[in-house]
Amino acid sequence: MSAAPAASRAISLEVNGEAIEYEVHARRLLVHFIRDDLGLTGTHVGCDTGNCGACTIHLEGDSVKSCMLLAVQADGARILTVEGLAGDGELTTLQSAFNEHHALQCGYCTPGMLMSAAALLEQNPHPTEDEVRVALQGNICRCTGYVNIIEAVVAVGEGRGDEPN
Amino acid sequence: MLLREVDYARPATVEEAIALLAGHEGARALAGGQTLVNVMKARAATPDVLVDLADLEELRGIGFSSDGLLEIGAMVTYTQLIGSSEVEVARPILAEVAATIADVQVRNRGTVGGNVCVSDPTNHLPPLLVALGATFTIRGAGGERVVPADEFFVGVYVTAVGEGELLTKISVPPASGAGDGFSGVTVGAHGTYVVDAAATVSGEGVRIAVGCVAATPVRATEMEDGLSGSDFSEDTVREAAKGLGESLDPPSDVHGSADYRRSVAETSAVRAVLQAVERRKPS
Repeated sequence: MSAAPAASRAISLEVNGEAIEYEVHARRLLVHFIRDDLGLTGTHVGCDTGNCGACTIHLEGDSVKSCMLLAVQADGARILTVEGLAGDGELTTLQSAFNEHHALQCGYCTPGMLMSAAALLEQNPHPTEDEVRVALQGNICRCTGYVNIIEAVVAVGEGRGDEPN
Repeated sequence: MLLREVDYARPATVEEAIALLAGHEGARALAGGQTLVNVMKARAATPDVLVDLADLEELRGIGFSSDGLLEIGAMVTYTQLIGSSEVEVARPILAEVAATIADVQVRNRGTVGGNVCVSDPTNHLPPLLVALGATFTIRGAGGERVVPADEFFVGVYVTAVGEGELLTKISVPPASGAGDGFSGVTVGAHGTYVVDAAATVSGEGVRIAVGCVAATPVRATEMEDGLSGSDFSEDTVREAAKGLGESLDPPSDVHGSADYRRSVAETSAVRAVLQAVERRKPS
């Protein structure tokens, strides 16, 4: 039976467009696999309890918290981390908007904020302020007070993401 | 964070999943993992084998049975529920309540089956499904059985799903003119409920279930009896709710004393019923 339980598993997945094969322990959290095995340290560990959203990535296009998944659960999946946003080295409009609108201070929550906002804009290219607030509810920022983050995402939807405030 | 060692399997069929759950002591079904992975981190749960239901497409559908019941697969996510046209048509309260669970990321992964099988007294769906009169289909090696919501929730973290069994779907009667309501008090805007109440008002009567006040949702039967007539004025509903709080034995914790919960239970039940009355469609 292909499904015999095992303490580790050979997983194949696509990370930022690249095919990856890796043998991982079943108990390994996806965020540790991404950071420590793949070396993609843009995905942050904030609270480790599923509350802060700093570890947000896209799994099959949906935003998820990578500290609340096991790496083995991502077997066969397509993953995008913050490193994959600007795949060609040019900042995306969303990333430029964070810069122009001062949407970060210490920057710790920023990768998660970007991934949640990117998922929103993918599904809803012109979100209202309320829709942005709902979309970012799972991401905690302890510096900015959120105002500039919300403004940056709304600005992208209004086509003025790369213009200063 | 380092979890305790665990074995992992990802079966391709429901039968295989049931065989794995039955054949391994300490085996546990893994749905979206939005509760289980977290409690494993805290080592509050230490399963020996995780049986990941991710590949069981059979459990991911939303549709209608031949007799018109809304059928929701156990692996349907909250996000799926929110976007479902079937839910919108048959029982929109399910989508409405699911949209208030945690946050987008959790709703993208968390499943209906996980929510009910965890049977956390503060979870949103248990009182709602009790009020809606849902039924739960459980499959095991010996076949399938259907359990009504009033019997599904057995205790804190305990349901009618036994060892070696799997919840496969939840069936909800379509509203057919019934009005549904949900009300409660949360910690923060979208946090855990301190108390919640769900109500449905139809031509067949009123069903009210209160959450967070006991190990499992509590049917407010006396209040239901008090609303057996056709008068659903605010005064009548408030009058019917009197004594509900007294009949409860809720816990005291950092979020609220038992007395506070008794009081909020009455208020929430009144609000849920009034909302349901307002949404009822005349037959």
